[in-house]
Amino acid sequence: MLTADLIVIGAGPAGMAAAAEAGRAGLSVLVLDEQSQPGGQIYRDVERVVPLRGDLLGADYAAGLPLAQGLAEQGVSHLNGAVSWAIEEGGRVMFTRAGRAEQAEGRRILLATGALERPMPVPGWTLPGVMTVGAAQILLKQSGVVPERAVLAGSGPLIYLTAAQMVRAGVPPLALVETQTRGDALRAARHMGGALRGWRYLLKGLGLMRELKRAGVQRFVGAEALAVMGDDRAEGLRFRRGGRDHEIACETVLLHHGVVPNTQAARSIGVAHRWDAVQQCFSPVLDEWGRTGVEGVLIAGDGAGIGGAKAAEYAGRLAALQVAEDLGAITAHARDEVARHLRGDLRRERAIRPFLDTAYPPYAGAITPEDATLVCRCEEVTAGDIRRFARMGCLGPNQAKAFGRAGMGPCQGRYCGLAVSAILAQETGQSMDETGYYRIRPPLKPVTLGELAAMEEPVTDAAE
Amino acid sequence: MDADYAIIGGGVVGLSVAWGLLKRGKRVTVLDGDDGSFRASRGNFGLVWVQSKGMKQPRYAEWSQQSAAAWGAFSDELADATGRDLGLEQKGGYDLHFSEESLEERVADYEVLKGKLGGDYPFEVLGHNALRKEEPAIGPKVAGAILHHQDGHVNPLKLLRALADDVRRLGGRVLTGKTVTDVSRNGAFRVRCADGTQVDAGKVILSAGLGAMQLGPKMGFRAPIRPQRGQVLITEKLPKLINRPSLIARQVDEGGIQIGATNEEVGLDDRVTAPGLAQLAAEAVAAYPVLARAQLVRSWGALRILSPDGLPIYQESPEMPGAYLVTCHSGITLAAAHARFLPDWLEKTADAPDLEVFSEDRFAVS
Amino acid sequence: MKTVSPFRDLGEGRPEVEVLLNGAPLRLPEGMNLAAALLAAGVRSLRRTPVSGAERAPYCMMGACFDCLVEIGGVTRQACMLNVEAGMEITRPQEEITHVDG
Repeated sequence: MLTADLIVIGAGPAGMAAAAEAGRAGLSVLVLDEQSQPGGQIYRDVERVVPLRGDLLGADYAAGLPLAQGLAEQGVSHLNGAVSWAIEEGGRVMFTRAGRAEQAEGRRILLATGALERPMPVPGWTLPGVMTVGAAQILLKQSGVVPERAVLAGSGPLIYLTAAQMVRAGVPPLALVETQTRGDALRAARHMGGALRGWRYLLKGLGLMRELKRAGVQRFVGAEALAVMGDDRAEGLRFRRGGRDHEIACETVLLHHGVVPNTQAARSIGVAHRWDAVQQCFSPVLDEWGRTGVEGVLIAGDGAGIGGAKAAEYAGRLAALQVAEDLGAITAHARDEVARHLRGDLRRERAIRPFLDTAYPPYAGAITPEDATLVCRCEEVTAGDIRRFARMGCLGPNQAKAFGRAGMGPCQGRYCGLAVSAILAQETGQSMDETGYYRIRPPLKPVTLGELAAMEEPVTDAAE
Repeated sequence: MDADYAIIGGGVVGLSVAWGLLKRGKRVTVLDGDDGSFRASRGNFGLVWVQSKGMKQPRYAEWSQQSAAAWGAFSDELADATGRDLGLEQKGGYDLHFSEESLEERVADYEVLKGKLGGDYPFEVLGHNALRKEEPAIGPKVAGAILHHQDGHVNPLKLLRALADDVRRLGGRVLTGKTVTDVSRNGAFRVRCADGTQVDAGKVILSAGLGAMQLGPKMGFRAPIRPQRGQVLITEKLPKLINRPSLIARQVDEGGIQIGATNEEVGLDDRVTAPGLAQLAAEAVAAYPVLARAQLVRSWGALRILSPDGLPIYQESPEMPGAYLVTCHSGITLAAAHARFLPDWLEKTADAPDLEVFSEDRFAVS
Repeated sequence: MKTVSPFRDLGEGRPEVEVLLNGAPLRLPEGMNLAAALLAAGVRSLRRTPVSGAERAPYCMMGACFDCLVEIGGVTRQACMLNVEAGMEITRPQEEITHVDG
């Protein structure tokens, strides 16, 4: 069995930064990442891709290069293609790699599993031809593949960035259909102080808008009643704006209304989570170093609450410093010296968030979907079904799951969990914390019975 | 008074009894727990099972047979009322054996039980080749099986949902999110909950699963029950692969292969463990080798509610007449009996089944 | 043979290799993300859901949504978590399961 002082799950900004920091402090580090190249989603395949199309992806993407190179740090070993599917007491991680189930044991575990795009259940969102904006960006980054005749719909900065990257790639989108309203902008103005501290982001945002305008990309702001048109694939997007109905014919609809922490791994080991009313997501309860209530387990990066890539990097380093101190590799003094600077950086980095969270709130129509809209993509359960289960006494998503299979499919609730809890909370009048979330259990990702059975083989032989 | 019966516990056992009582015109209030309560109703294997039950107590074998026989009509009635089929299949089930010796031993035991039941125990023994004709996916390590024709399986979650739906439709009052703290009797019964809710009823049924460990002694029961963990696996949905269920695996009506279950004495710990998953996977692959390539998509642990001898407990409280303890490990198999026959026992009608052997007297200190 | 794709492949100059998609030969860039390569080749749907039979295609591209499931070597896999290899036999998942001896 593999062993390390620190096991890091996820090789995005938080995981890569933490691994390098811990390695520099003299710890042995094992990074388990399911992708074939380091980078996570934000820096997907960064080492390979920067020379190919770094220009169109921009400097913020190339900023991932030194982080990926940090995995070469003394003491750090990085296993790509390693899909972690269970975490057990005693720092043991079960993972599958190249068709074999393996185990690793760490004195500490850092979960750096990042974010998922917030589920956006609108009519037709399961049709072929509908993807997330993040998916389109991953296609562009990793593979140099860009949807032609696409409409981006929803809200949030990722829409502008991805659209601008598509423009630079020579494949501008047909339109942006944005769900945030003028009221949201007014409310966001209250957070201008923080936004000004994050002025670099504001400038970048304005630059992106200019790029889109120059390229002639149409923008529809304040859109509602979004629905994807088409029977067996997306053929267009229908929406209402200013009392008028619009239809845009297109081949691809890209949806996005923010990102939320990917809490699957943390929940599977019983880390407590709390509803964050500003970011409208559940976040794990952590101390200032990223330590959870579960012995020996820390969380850093967007999985701890959305802060973006730079914030993830700083939080990853903070967590690594704490682990290094805790395991006696560095003194508390040395830890705190570095940590002081990192905390300052982290504060500056997070200053823009309240502005962004308020200016680009989730699309209300996808938080309260129509009865006929599917919320669970895997098991094809509708919002109306969930409401019916609430009337049958389901107070939370676990009883609702038993009643109607929402969350039972292979994605294990990643793309329905927040929607199901929100609908139940609306129906029962309970808070999101009272309503709760799916109980997540292993396997975090599917694993074949053959791979599992192979773990058992020596014991079986002895018994027979 | 709020109800003729207050039923503590809104799982399959409590709701089955509630449904049966409502069908007889009784007014019923069910007090159910919350989203995170231990719920065997959500975690069980879904067998409607006769074989191997009551090897030491033929009355239990008989009670299981009576329930299995009543299941078809019970299921039809629920399906008609709720518009949803429960996925019941009663075309036999297997006890699979990996060695001739264990198969022969088990057959000898069944012959003895069959004699005690007056011959009503329809099973046949299938050698490997005969079994393979029935189950083409069976692997070479399986020596043979006992096919028992009274066995079957159902979708237990559809049963739970149908009961929750139909109990309400029949006018039952179901209060969810309740933790019962206390039951007292002063003429009528008064059931108190942690949130201040009070329910007054003529009779009380304690069918709270493991909750009876706490509440039972307060109501004059011994309630000598304990949790036993069972871990269960389920694969991605697959085309038809397994025809009849066994204790090792069954294909559920939605297509997934469900694999079970461990028997672990670990207290109130319903977690899944990697060794548990590996053990179950190995056994399933030994029985059905093609499953090696199937993806496991979910697993769960649930807690069985076991009495010292594994049999149900049906007991009226000696201290609080009118209060009943109804608890068992086989709430799915016995759902039809609880809905159809138990109300006669509760109401002390002439048709009341003889449940004497299931009283708590059998646990008396000798 | 290429069908019209709603995606443009900017091209990385990868050599193409042959795979089989539902029994039909298809040339894809070697080492490219499989889901991306299939989309760029004009494959619009990868599977039908086992619940309603609805067509599905890649949605999240990050291994989370499980909509890009395909079957390779008898095992259901996420196309977005694989890279193109010569000779891959890709089929729609769960349409048939073959019996294995031993």
